[in-house]
Amino acid sequence: MAQISTTLPVSPALPLSVPLWKRIYRRIERAIVPVLLLVGWEIFSRSGVLPPALLPAPSQVLVAWADWVFATDGNTQTYSGHWIFDVAASATRVFAGFAISTLLGVGIGMAIGWSRTVERLIEPVLQVLRPVPPVSWIPLAIIWFGIADKPAIFLVFLGSFFPILLSTIHGVKTCDRNLLRAGAMTGGTPGKLLRYIVFPAALPSIFSGLRIAVGSAWMLTVTAEMVAVKSGVGYVLWDSYYFLRYDIVIAAMVSIGLLGYLSDLAIKLIAGRVLRWQRGSTLQAKEG
Amino acid sequence: MSLITIQNVTRLFDDPKRKSAVKALDNVSVEVGRNEFLCLLGPSGCGKSTLLNLIAGFDHPTEGVVTVGGQVVTAPGADRGVVFQQPTLMPWLTVWENVAFHLTMQGVGKDIRRKKAQHFIEMVNLKGFENHFPSELSGGMNQRVGIARALLMNPEVILMDEPFGALDEQTKMEMHGELVRIWRESQSTIVFVTHGIDESLSLGTHVAVMSARPGRIREMIKIDLPRPRDPTSPQFNDTKRHILSLLRPEPATVEA
Repeated sequence: MAQISTTLPVSPALPLSVPLWKRIYRRIERAIVPVLLLVGWEIFSRSGVLPPALLPAPSQVLVAWADWVFATDGNTQTYSGHWIFDVAASATRVFAGFAISTLLGVGIGMAIGWSRTVERLIEPVLQVLRPVPPVSWIPLAIIWFGIADKPAIFLVFLGSFFPILLSTIHGVKTCDRNLLRAGAMTGGTPGKLLRYIVFPAALPSIFSGLRIAVGSAWMLTVTAEMVAVKSGVGYVLWDSYYFLRYDIVIAAMVSIGLLGYLSDLAIKLIAGRVLRWQRGSTLQAKEG
Repeated sequence: MSLITIQNVTRLFDDPKRKSAVKALDNVSVEVGRNEFLCLLGPSGCGKSTLLNLIAGFDHPTEGVVTVGGQVVTAPGADRGVVFQQPTLMPWLTVWENVAFHLTMQGVGKDIRRKKAQHFIEMVNLKGFENHFPSELSGGMNQRVGIARALLMNPEVILMDEPFGALDEQTKMEMHGELVRIWRESQSTIVFVTHGIDESLSLGTHVAVMSARPGRIREMIKIDLPRPRDPTSPQFNDTKRHILSLLRPEPATVEA
């Protein structure tokens, strides 16, 4: 599994000898493409090629979003000022499902990676379940758990479990055999070797699994909320679609993107701290 | 009584490609006394690392018995500290945590670990680097961490498998001096695998010269040269000449 950068890309401060325009460019570099996209979209929406109701301009989305968040003018009606509650509902589901799959994924992954017996017993079942799209569990999830938080958590779990499981197995299996020899030399029992050598050795791989998983977690929360739950950002998105409020639909989409980005950032920051020993020995550290 | 005894040990390795077993060690017997510094010297493939792995417990003899301190070796244990060819440090632990790794395995608290590690960090001259990660140190410094880690276990025997193989000549000589000092200070027994004649002569109290395919001990030589040893002295060179003649392949056993 590919190693994912775990340090934040920080542009080094430029010395004063660098020309002013270059320093300004460095400051705004990351914003150029997003701003151009937004401006282009605004112009396109106002040009009248499409009816404004079908593709709301960014400015219109912003007005709807502002009311959804801060209850500015009440244009989003029942959702006015309700954003933080919708986000909290979705985030709770993501967090719960993600926590369960992290515990189980890392635990089962360590067992499969370490023990051939466990691998032979469990892996075939997991590999058959893995290609089943988590979304296809929705009917069963609704029957089993009803319409509430639980089916969404279940779906998030299904979607984030496998990336975590596979990256943990990979991390354990690629643990340097010589480190285990060194551990055995210092008098380690298998349990201690797992805890003090195999687990830390697998952490870089586990973290790349967590980052992939958190993306699926948001995707599946929103999917579940569209179908099986009556709250959260995904529910607002789907509900607004029925009321032809595409500005709220887009505001919800951007909110989800933002939340996904923030969750990924959080994992990246934790990984950067936990894996600080990698600094100076990997490619990503050099460019930072 | 000797601390390590190797009695008529033979080790065969299966070679599925040649459909016959390879005799890595053939009826080898060696005894190492307490406080001795034995160098196992021989060409690549003479079974010297295999012999070391048997003492360490990473491998088992096909025939014969290896004992350390009267106990038959069946598995690796903290009574035998190993310094590997590569430093083999935990990259996620700092220098002092690596040195105290044995204590972590014993469940010893952080304060005691930190204190005990310090003594051995100073012994291998790494004071000031306690909180560095292995990736931030040079190869020679990492190898010293490996030595400190083995010393902290206070093992009866320290087993070293060409630990300075990857170092340049100057660093190697410096490390030799320190190793001899550490060996004296810690009153330990060392088995040291090498293919360098000069290295074995500057370090060992005994040199076991081995021959390859099958691995056998050609001769066990006691080295009585005064320390620090001068590699340009006549006695040093006499012994070196003798070892060279032993290592020269006999015409009858030359393989193509």
